[in-house]
Amino acid sequence: MDILVCLKRVPLAGGTLILTPDSRDIETKHLGFGISPHEENAVEAGVQLVEQMGETLTLLTLGPSDAEEQLRSQLAIGATRAVLIETDGQEWDPQGTAAALVDAINAEETKFDLIIFGAESADSAGYQIHIRVAHALNRPIITNVKSMKIENGVAVCDRVVAAGREHYEVALPAIVTVRDGLNIPRYPSVPGRMQARKKPVDMKKAEPRVPKLEKVNLALAPSKAKGAEVLGNGPEAVPALVEVLKKIGAF
Amino acid sequence: MSKLPAKAKCVVIGAGIVGNGMVYHLAKLGWKDIVQIDKGPLPNPGGSTGHASNFIFPVDHSKEMTAITAESMRQYKEFGTFTETGGIEVARTEERMQELARRITSAKSWGIDGGRILTPAEVKQLVPYIDESIILGGYYQPTVGVVDSLRTGTIMREKAQEMGAAQSFANVEVQDIKVENGVVKAVVTDQGTIEAEYVVIATGCWSPKLAAMAGAHIPLTPAVHQMKDIGPVPFFKDTKGDIEWPIIRDMDVFMYERQHGTGLEIGSYAHRPILYTPDDIPSNATAALSPTEFAFTQADFDIQDEHAYELMPSIVGDESVREKYACNGILSYTPDGMPILGETPEVKNLWSVAAVWIKEGPGTAKSVAEWMVLGDSHIDLHASNIARFHEHHKEEKHIKSRVTESFNKTYGIVHPLEQYESNRKVRLSPYYEREAALGAVFYETAGWERPFWYESNKDLVAKFGDKVMPRAAEWESRWWSPIINAEHLQMRETAGIVDLTAFAYFDITGPSALAVVQKAALRQMDVAIGRVVYTPVLGPNGGFKSDLTIMRLDTDHFRVVTGGAHGMADKKWFADLLPADGSAKIKDITSDYTTLGLWGPNARKIVQEVTSEDMSHESFKFSTCREIDIKGVKVLASRISYVGDLGWEFYVPMADGPALWDALWEAGKNHGLIPVGIGVYGTTGRLEKCYRAYGPELETEYTVVEAGMQTPKLKEQDFIGKEAHLKHRAEKPVAMLCTLFVDDHTSSTGVKRYMMGNEPILTLDKKPITDAHGRRSYVTSAGSAPSLGKHILMSYLPTELAVAGNKFLVEYLGEHYPCSIAEVGATSVFDPSNERILA
Repeated sequence: MDILVCLKRVPLAGGTLILTPDSRDIETKHLGFGISPHEENAVEAGVQLVEQMGETLTLLTLGPSDAEEQLRSQLAIGATRAVLIETDGQEWDPQGTAAALVDAINAEETKFDLIIFGAESADSAGYQIHIRVAHALNRPIITNVKSMKIENGVAVCDRVVAAGREHYEVALPAIVTVRDGLNIPRYPSVPGRMQARKKPVDMKKAEPRVPKLEKVNLALAPSKAKGAEVLGNGPEAVPALVEVLKKIGAF
Repeated sequence: MSKLPAKAKCVVIGAGIVGNGMVYHLAKLGWKDIVQIDKGPLPNPGGSTGHASNFIFPVDHSKEMTAITAESMRQYKEFGTFTETGGIEVARTEERMQELARRITSAKSWGIDGGRILTPAEVKQLVPYIDESIILGGYYQPTVGVVDSLRTGTIMREKAQEMGAAQSFANVEVQDIKVENGVVKAVVTDQGTIEAEYVVIATGCWSPKLAAMAGAHIPLTPAVHQMKDIGPVPFFKDTKGDIEWPIIRDMDVFMYERQHGTGLEIGSYAHRPILYTPDDIPSNATAALSPTEFAFTQADFDIQDEHAYELMPSIVGDESVREKYACNGILSYTPDGMPILGETPEVKNLWSVAAVWIKEGPGTAKSVAEWMVLGDSHIDLHASNIARFHEHHKEEKHIKSRVTESFNKTYGIVHPLEQYESNRKVRLSPYYEREAALGAVFYETAGWERPFWYESNKDLVAKFGDKVMPRAAEWESRWWSPIINAEHLQMRETAGIVDLTAFAYFDITGPSALAVVQKAALRQMDVAIGRVVYTPVLGPNGGFKSDLTIMRLDTDHFRVVTGGAHGMADKKWFADLLPADGSAKIKDITSDYTTLGLWGPNARKIVQEVTSEDMSHESFKFSTCREIDIKGVKVLASRISYVGDLGWEFYVPMADGPALWDALWEAGKNHGLIPVGIGVYGTTGRLEKCYRAYGPELETEYTVVEAGMQTPKLKEQDFIGKEAHLKHRAEKPVAMLCTLFVDDHTSSTGVKRYMMGNEPILTLDKKPITDAHGRRSYVTSAGSAPSLGKHILMSYLPTELAVAGNKFLVEYLGEHYPCSIAEVGATSVFDPSNERILA
């Protein structure tokens, strides 16, 4: 089976976010980059399927040339190869991004049986790209999947809804977007890193597109105060600690 | 939390291992009313302490670093936060095997025992998960260990609080440091202002920013150290606690690997230097991890992954062993690799304790606290003294270029004479072009380019043949030339001209000038105008703070001449003695003046050709100075010698330098004058005369009596260290500085080897020698004595062993060579009656 996972390079924020002086971007001077958490589930799912069923796992991203770092990290998890559609570093709108991905997918020799997305990107969280790509490729799509297996050319997926669980069975080729809970993404190993250095990453230049959506500015949501609370010092802190552990269901 | 006090005796900024250590040791030495603040939370405020790998190898080629590390380990053990694991530095190359032998040699000199060389199979026995086929051996140090630096800091902070001496406040950010009339006054924070008599900056990689608030400089740069933690490792599944297996340093690839619980921590100093400025470091709130844990950049670690895999394939190559954590941790790096300690030269009572790593933290804190409270530290900190920096050292360009160059030498094999390549030609003497034309090989001191020898003298090597003591082994031939010894021999026959522009000079003037120099100098300074006095400068404990010459140019005018390397620290020493009423002033004229030395049997003939002044022995006595005219240039001539021959130092304004050089050079043509480099001035000429140098021989650990430099009569006037010095004179010294000759240079492979300094002197049965104060005997200085055909070693030896003719062994790169005492005390082994100087 040939699988494609689409990724996005996003800043890894752990503390209070700050914006650039023009309020149009997140200040990333102090931040590292990774991929969206749900995309980690997507890659893990792809790696597991390839481990079980053989064939290839391709990664695809649209972003700055630095996104190669994220592709290499995921190649280290077990993906086969990667394609990077290189932009000038500016954020693209969903229409443009989806169109570029579709062009790249159509240009591939491999006809992917399964295309996996994360449910949403960690930074802009637009929930759009996968739908747009599915529409353009005229493929069925199941979103927000929390469990997935492939049986005889059929993707068998569950997703959690307010009322309970929805069950889908979709013949491949199809598109699936996944979210946390699907699996536990693995971290790279050193041998994986070493192999990843030698795996192919095709660099393509993005065709410039006229954006239909303009980002005016960003505004930070009011943040909650950091929740650290000192429970006490030494042995006298133990009862309070036990209470907290009980409360969060640790035992 | 209680409110920040409005006043304190001392504000300590920073709550990492250093800040906590300062609070504890200041309290222990009796200070009260200490306020500690940190902008981060406790116990881990987010500085470098929080992400340190926390292991300690107790060995360094620097005596100062080793002493500080040993004291730190003692304290970690006292607090119960030290776990001894042993450690092995492995070698992949022959060159590294030699370096490991050299490290054991240094360890022995500094009193760190137990180290031994292991075969690859022996390394494998201790660390079964290595591939021994890629190494040639290892250096095993059983006393290596791991500390809990955060816990130690907490214990120290709490002990200071228990003593009722200190209060600590987390999440308080410093906004300004107020200074009045050059004295620190207050610390302004986001939660109020604290007036303080003393302020200590112990803020690691943020220190430059804090210092700048007060108008001071702490020249360091934050730099990345990459670290990756992998696991869980099946082999470690049954390990208990933090660490059980020895720590490995894979020296040739600049990496280390240490077991950490069930994980393996892989650290590197091999990646490209990644430098930041303090402003690049995020706040606690905006940092993704801690402020000093930057996002890991895998591309910089790709080669390191492969190197770790090579050494530990069974762990690192295991696909099931995953990366648990990785970061680009920020550490403090300085342009010369040493910490930055002491009161800032710019602001009184503002102290820096910066660029201190975990292995040095508690020991440094104790030493700096002693310095603050008692006026001096037990461990000599001169190489870390913040006052050592010249102005150009404080520039961003200098800091960044030097750290960029030296970062990858963190685990490197650094030759003792190795020169920096970056940011050179910062200060040029007026003779630079002339010297370059003569093929000068330039070494750097304090930014000055100084000729070490001249290629134009290479024909002299053939002339003197084996007398130049040629060296066959690569290590001691590196950064050395037989031309040095040839220049020496020729100077002894005719004359040599020496560029001494790198000297630092400062004038002390005013009605209290005499009182100031009298207070600093061991020797009598109330001398006739025109006298030149060579004098030790002592610390309060009677040890050496410097040695230098002072000329009395007028009743109220003294000129201090000292070495460039230590010049700025000397300047601060004298400046600190100036009276508050302004009745004496100090002026640094280092950049205004230049010096040429002219020495050799023909020196008088040469200078007499270009001056009408009577330069005869009777008219121009030794240890005197006066202004003379050389071909129209006004020259301050001083008849002294550091090389053991007749001659003068000539001081002129920079602009007159070329005219002076040309006049002497022209006159010298008929008298065999050659250019002579610092190789002669600093080593061969000096050592033949058994002249002591500040740093190697003269330091706070040794006394004037032990150095053999006490005069029969002591001046009546008070001076710093007098009380201690009187005590030293009254008691029998436990060690004496001796001059030794190497009796046989032949190594086991038949190659003649020449020691370079810092090697241990051992008994004939290869035992280290320790004096009654616990000090090891080691080679303080080593070098050729070409006039004698001998290789000289200087060493302090216990008084009972310090007898001329006594035989010892010197250990050099793992082998032992016989040596014997030629002279006890300061008497020269060459021309002991000084006939040449007094000719």
